[in-house]
Amino acid sequence: MIKKLLCTAAMTMVLGMTPALADLKIGSIVELSGPGAAAGTNFRDGVKMGFEEINADGGVLKEKIELLEYDTQTDPQVSRALVQKAIDDGVYAITGTVFSSSTVVNMLVAKQAGIPQFTGSEAPSITSMSNPYIFRTAFGSQKGVPKMTRYMIETMGVKKAAVVWANTEFGKGGHTAFVDAMKEAGIEIVTDIPTEQAQTDFSADIVKLKSSDADAAFIYVTEEESARFLREAAKQGLKIPLVGETTLIGHKVIELAGEAANGAMGHVGLTPDANIPAVTEMVERFKAKYNYTPDHNAIKGYTAAWAIKYVTEMVGSPDSQAIAEKLHGLTLNAAEHPGVLMDVSWDETGEMSRESFFVEVQDGKQVVKAILPPN
Amino acid sequence: MAELIQILVSGLAAGSIYALAAVGFTLLWQASQTINFAQGEFVMLPAFFVLVGMTVLGLPMWPAIGLGLVLSLLILGVAFKRLIVEPMLPHGTLPLVIATIALGLLLKESVKELYGATAQPFPAVFPQTVFNVAGASVSIQDIGNLVVSMLAIGGLQLFLNRTRTGRCMQASAQNPAVAEILGVNVKRMVMYTFLINAALATIASVLISPIYLAKFSNGETLGLVAFIAAIVGGFNQIRGALVGGLLIGVIDNLSALYISAEYRSAMPLILLIAIILLRPQGLLGTPEGRTV
Repeated sequence: MIKKLLCTAAMTMVLGMTPALADLKIGSIVELSGPGAAAGTNFRDGVKMGFEEINADGGVLKEKIELLEYDTQTDPQVSRALVQKAIDDGVYAITGTVFSSSTVVNMLVAKQAGIPQFTGSEAPSITSMSNPYIFRTAFGSQKGVPKMTRYMIETMGVKKAAVVWANTEFGKGGHTAFVDAMKEAGIEIVTDIPTEQAQTDFSADIVKLKSSDADAAFIYVTEEESARFLREAAKQGLKIPLVGETTLIGHKVIELAGEAANGAMGHVGLTPDANIPAVTEMVERFKAKYNYTPDHNAIKGYTAAWAIKYVTEMVGSPDSQAIAEKLHGLTLNAAEHPGVLMDVSWDETGEMSRESFFVEVQDGKQVVKAILPPN
Repeated sequence: MAELIQILVSGLAAGSIYALAAVGFTLLWQASQTINFAQGEFVMLPAFFVLVGMTVLGLPMWPAIGLGLVLSLLILGVAFKRLIVEPMLPHGTLPLVIATIALGLLLKESVKELYGATAQPFPAVFPQTVFNVAGASVSIQDIGNLVVSMLAIGGLQLFLNRTRTGRCMQASAQNPAVAEILGVNVKRMVMYTFLINAALATIASVLISPIYLAKFSNGETLGLVAFIAAIVGGFNQIRGALVGGLLIGVIDNLSALYISAEYRSAMPLILLIAIILLRPQGLLGTPEGRTV
């Protein structure tokens, strides 16, 4: 009897000492409602699909990833609280947010806790704040916009330009990058139109553009506003070329703007229509899973999930600080790390480099007009 | 000049849709002292009824709009009156106001939960043809929106002034006790008012959603604009709400073009403050006295 009791007690102790096989936790903190819902939903679905594939493939360090999802409601203060909540919930890395206005606020919380954060935001300020824990999943506009302005000047022959931009952290970044690049090239900005977040009526903005003598206009507002802008531009018969970043010619914009999106041009870091087999296959799997065409945000989220897996396994443990250190100066090539889809590098600030594309919307599809080298 | 014509047409087209929502606001106030702070959501919701008809049931656009109208009459007209206004009204105006705020939140969150948080494309009722008027590009869509809104409000005015039912509705709104003594079925007249409000909201929704895109949060802006338009024009006059809606549409666009795009959303509020200070009954409203 005593033997049995001792045996049971010993077994209980052994079992109690065995570490529980807890899943590794990642926080997905994105805009699932509010003005950023289109971008955030794509990003979240990309992250989700990435981790589902990773789990099906054996997980990270042979452990399953548990993805904890949080909706920021496109509210910077809510996003800040949710980053703290995710950290309290035990995540070792964070994906999101997409809206720059949120990221500049919430990344300070992740920085303080030493948690690497993979953002979909593109405002230049994000990687200029000496935060060793922030990493982009697409270029900051200070890298993407100069590629585009070069194309506008050299290939399209633009001599005078107009700029329409969202008066937010995201918009200010793109506006500054565009104006600086154009000024440097000696191109005159003839009209400069700020707009508000979630603006619905663009009639006055289009009237201003029509009365300017710009050769082309750079449009830097978020997806839903871009769609409304393009619809109004078509309604008023605006003739000048409209050029933008991913937010002007993304798939959600094309879906929302319909025929009005045709003719819009832009620079995209990632596009489902790039003639790259890995991207095409990922897009097909995404469409089969979610029943809609992903945009660049979905690809950002997907590649972020795989980047987290690769770097965690390189480090050998879910050590947040070691992962952040490893990422600085790291290059992941797609041949050895197929989940990142295209070769990608991060510098010491968390900024990334990659090939990108200049596309035009034709018959409701992005058509790649040029491949732009990394800068 | 072309610039001004362009902006006036766009402003009037948008303003006429605001006017539809504002007229509904004033109707409910006159008929049942209901200040409906869910009016913006009432304009947002029918677009989703139409989308459900088209995407889930596979209906063509016009039958889907018909379905949207029927559902709006039932939910935003009959159910709203029976389930919210009638039980809350005996407790005074303030509890009812709070109930409509709650209803607005419920409708908004329900659409977000059931249909999605992202904006949805909505089919245009009018062709996208653009023609030139004195150098300005005027679209059929803008003209169509303006004409349909004006016809709806004009038809409503005629109905209220020239038909027996319309006059009974006015009598019920002005003095329900006397109207009842004279044999008017006041409850039925009030119900008609709610049905008319639901119909106006459906028309506004179908006209504005191709421009705004159908989104659960559309009611936030529309509700505020309709409320301001009703106050500016005169809360107790349909023609006041019409003028208020048109005025706000035009001022919004003119201020964005000639003053500042950043402060455009402040302009209607500045107008509201000016009206309250200088002419509290609104531009076309009539003063209402109350004793305590």
